[in-house]
Amino acid sequence: MSYQHFQLQGDQQGIQWLCFDKAGQSTNTMDMTVLEELEELLKEIAENNDAQGLIIYSGKKNGFIAGADLEAFTKLGDPEKRKEVIAKGHCVMDALSALSIPTVAMIEGFCLGGGLELALACRYRVVCDSSKTRLGLPEVRLGIQPGWGGSVRLPRLLGAIQAFDLMLTGRTLAAKVAAKAGLVDAAVPKRQLKRAATYFIQYKPKAHQPSRLLALTNSMMARPLVGRMMRNKVQAKAKVEHYPAPFAMIDNWVKYGVDGEKPFAQEQLSIIRLMETPTAYNLLRVFFLQERLKGMAKGIQFKVKRVHVVGAGIMGGDIAAWCALQGLQVSLQDREAKFIAPAIARAHKLFKKKLKQPHKIQAAMDRILPDQEGRAIAAADVIIEAIVENLEAKQALFKEIEAKARNTAILATNTSSIPLDEINQVLKQPQRLVGIHFFNPVAQLPLVEIINGNQTDESVTYQAIAFVRQIDRLPLPVKSSPGFLVNRILMPYLLEAFTLYKEGIPPYIIDKAAENFGMPMGPIALADSVGLDICLSGAKGMTEYFTGNIPPELVAFVEAGKLGRKSGEGFYKYKSGKPIKEKKDPSKYDLPALSERLIQTMTSMAQDCLSEGIVADGDLLDAGMIFGTGFAPFRGGPLHYLESLTTAVPSQEILEKDSSGTREGERNVACHPRQDEDGTRL
Amino acid sequence: MTPLIENTFRSVYIVDGTRTPFLKAQGKPGPFTASDLALQASRDLLARQPFDARELDEVILGCTIPSPDEANIARILALRLGCSEDIPAYTVQRNCASGMQALDSAYKDIRTGRHDLVLTGGTEAMSHAPLLFQAKMVLWLSRWYGAKTTMAKLKLLPQLRPQYFAPVIALLRGLRDPIIGESMGGTAENLAYDFHITRKSMDEFALQSHQRVGVGQATHLNEEIASLFDTQGNFYQADDGVRHDSSMEKLAKLKPYFDKIYGMVTPGNSSQVSDGAATLLLASEAAVKRYELPVMAKIVDCHWAGVSPSSMGLGPVHATIPMLQRQGLGMDDIDYWEINEAFAAQVIACIRAFAQDDYCQQHFGGLAEAFGTLDPEKLNVDGGAIALGHPVGASGARIVLHLAHVLKQRGGKRGVASICIGGGQGGAMLIERVNSI
Repeated sequence: MSYQHFQLQGDQQGIQWLCFDKAGQSTNTMDMTVLEELEELLKEIAENNDAQGLIIYSGKKNGFIAGADLEAFTKLGDPEKRKEVIAKGHCVMDALSALSIPTVAMIEGFCLGGGLELALACRYRVVCDSSKTRLGLPEVRLGIQPGWGGSVRLPRLLGAIQAFDLMLTGRTLAAKVAAKAGLVDAAVPKRQLKRAATYFIQYKPKAHQPSRLLALTNSMMARPLVGRMMRNKVQAKAKVEHYPAPFAMIDNWVKYGVDGEKPFAQEQLSIIRLMETPTAYNLLRVFFLQERLKGMAKGIQFKVKRVHVVGAGIMGGDIAAWCALQGLQVSLQDREAKFIAPAIARAHKLFKKKLKQPHKIQAAMDRILPDQEGRAIAAADVIIEAIVENLEAKQALFKEIEAKARNTAILATNTSSIPLDEINQVLKQPQRLVGIHFFNPVAQLPLVEIINGNQTDESVTYQAIAFVRQIDRLPLPVKSSPGFLVNRILMPYLLEAFTLYKEGIPPYIIDKAAENFGMPMGPIALADSVGLDICLSGAKGMTEYFTGNIPPELVAFVEAGKLGRKSGEGFYKYKSGKPIKEKKDPSKYDLPALSERLIQTMTSMAQDCLSEGIVADGDLLDAGMIFGTGFAPFRGGPLHYLESLTTAVPSQEILEKDSSGTREGERNVACHPRQDEDGTRL
Repeated sequence: MTPLIENTFRSVYIVDGTRTPFLKAQGKPGPFTASDLALQASRDLLARQPFDARELDEVILGCTIPSPDEANIARILALRLGCSEDIPAYTVQRNCASGMQALDSAYKDIRTGRHDLVLTGGTEAMSHAPLLFQAKMVLWLSRWYGAKTTMAKLKLLPQLRPQYFAPVIALLRGLRDPIIGESMGGTAENLAYDFHITRKSMDEFALQSHQRVGVGQATHLNEEIASLFDTQGNFYQADDGVRHDSSMEKLAKLKPYFDKIYGMVTPGNSSQVSDGAATLLLASEAAVKRYELPVMAKIVDCHWAGVSPSSMGLGPVHATIPMLQRQGLGMDDIDYWEINEAFAAQVIACIRAFAQDDYCQQHFGGLAEAFGTLDPEKLNVDGGAIALGHPVGASGARIVLHLAHVLKQRGGKRGVASICIGGGQGGAMLIERVNSI
């Protein structure tokens, strides 16, 4: 029999080599046709008496399997159809794990979600120890949970603590770390990958098991206690109304454990319910928005080797560090060494956190050149200005840069308030200037606004977009208008928070109201951490162009030198960088009304921006607010949220009721070999 | 004057150069390793060139005690700099003259037509010199690892003596001549004895070094320096060993360090133990023209000589005289001199040896009288290692770089940079100022 997505080949030792190479795609993902073929193949292998073992590997260069095909999944629309895919997945994974011959997943590159669930259904996993290899179950980030047996097999394999750490955060592990954790049986250099995979077939060592102590975490006695600890930990970061998935995973596990069939059945029920929640719907939307931004640079031929950043403040320094982290040669210019030195220290901290291995940290450090005199301008492909928000200063600088830079270099400004068409007046070639506007903190907020002046050449805009993609940030083209998109929408929200403060609402309560809505940080805390002086200059800049008043309280704070976290006091007082919040009893206040007031300022400004054409469409606007400010992702963005208030989108209630009609604890599977043996028919 | 030998080889130019500030060792490992220092200096140097690191033909570095992770430190520098993987790099070691040896090696590689554009220089992180196990401890450890059974190991335990744990300080061993069993400071005491040098003249020389560096720092000295940045947010812009408040009274109070009580060589009139690097870019005429490079100076000649290990400080005299003879030059033809200040006594001894009939007759067969007088006003005009520090692998490169700057700033045609070498050698390099070619 021939297959569309797989090739099966037996070698002389009887090892069956199963190559997954999804037809017509550059990445392996799993959908119904893939599952059906795999099911057939596994049957074939099970019936082959000569088969000594099975090794599953990928025919793609980029990785093993990225997970379920999300696009195909959403196109299914009909919940019944999705249910079928889930059920089919369970059948296949069960068939794989029921094979009597040893099975090995031979992994190189990413192995995520459904891909890892497939690997977990194998007896052994060997991975290539390269920087591309990442393993994880990131479903929670899409508001769902592993749904092909992963949420049961992972705690079985590792014990609950480590397994839930992975599933609740959705984080991925590198090869060596995965081997140490026991998630994979061997992490080897590429030259040994095949030999390692065949080794496991030949010698059939005992499959990995958690230590006795770790296995105990899955026991009936321990589960309620461990579950409560995990719940508390999750609760500190997410609310169950906002993010039901992690709580559902913990609850299932506490109730049904990891043994027998019940937990598998419960997993199916749970993921089907979760898929119907607005959170999952919106997070999937956010995922596709992200893919859309990622696709902005497709087809643009522009590769950057050297970046020069002028201004080593928080923004400039962090932009430089991020570029170096992404492998570019960076030069960082400021008037004096004392301004550059703190940026170098911050870069080192970032590299340590992200790269971990000393030789990689050193290589990244070696890529940042402190450059007081701006000697590296002449060799740069992109030059980013991130100095004080002062028109004359910027103009003078760009004049100097234009004289020194190569003809082909991109001249970019990170201004957040000065229109490009004012800055570019001093340039001989004003069409070369483009805005590349990062958000603070650069390493955490992936959005970068690409700002077109009236004169900006189209090709320069495209190159700026390609550059932003090259450093793994998300480019969003916006029109040059005061505040551009993100800050323009954010400003009225901050001003409203100041108004509430003036009305006597304590900062703690204002922030609480916003957090309850789902914002990652309340507006007062945000203003304090951005710096009240920065807020004030932003407000001044914006009110010059639009209506609105500068709140006198803000002016008073800045005049008193209370600039927020950086000065140790703003709306809050700070102790070693952390705010001391006076906890007020929230029950005395109408938090939903407060948050509505706050959010309404944003949604209405968002509508204005859309109608002014600041950004091309509403989806991009939502993407901008989510990736640039962390606007509650499970709400799908300000415009989407506004829409959800008036139109019917999947409601939260589904969570409460059993959508499948199946009794709890039963497994929604039509074919399950082991259960057939037991005579249990489902 | 005609050179005694014809230069049939290609000319070699010093295009540019830079160095790190020299940081005095503070009794613990400093913030930079030897390769960090070389990297930061070279990176800065390359940033102002019109070509990319990938276009270099070769990297040669001098270093005396690279760390265990820095075997062939020149290759490490080349790769950290982003040089092309297919360019070669090698490290040279001639003790205190390793940096000058690297320059000479690069000079020869260009001169003979092997390469056109070479990054070279020297680096040393003396504060990172290792502590070693003593031989008895090593022996005990080898038996310990060889013991197969627990019993055998238990039997070994009582043989382990507390004194075995006392480390050997590699730096002190390195500064001691193993052939004659004498410390470097001891050889300076020898010269003080042979040339009747007083403690006062040594201290005066040391004070002048500090004063000259002080003036230099206030004017032009920092032009040759690239700031260093560490990972903790600190930066270093200037040599930190210089004492602006030094005085004869303060120097007189210091106790002799090598020959205790009765000796004259003190930490005050010796060079400092420091971390630092100096790198230079050497190019052939072809490379200068291809990249339209500015030139600082031309390397005319270089010479190496051996002397008695017990008077190693006279090495500069023995390296310089044959080199100048070969070029048909006398003392007065040289406009500026750099003689590395390992010890004040040692530099003073050199000045006296040049001018002494006896010494010159005895050691240079062809000479009927003294070779000539070295005008102290032309020597180390911006101070030297007593005030700046002597990171051994880097000093030889630093004095050549500085000499090129001196010729540029003060005018003058020829300069000689010379350095004494532990173990009894001397090196000298003759350069000529060139504005364009």
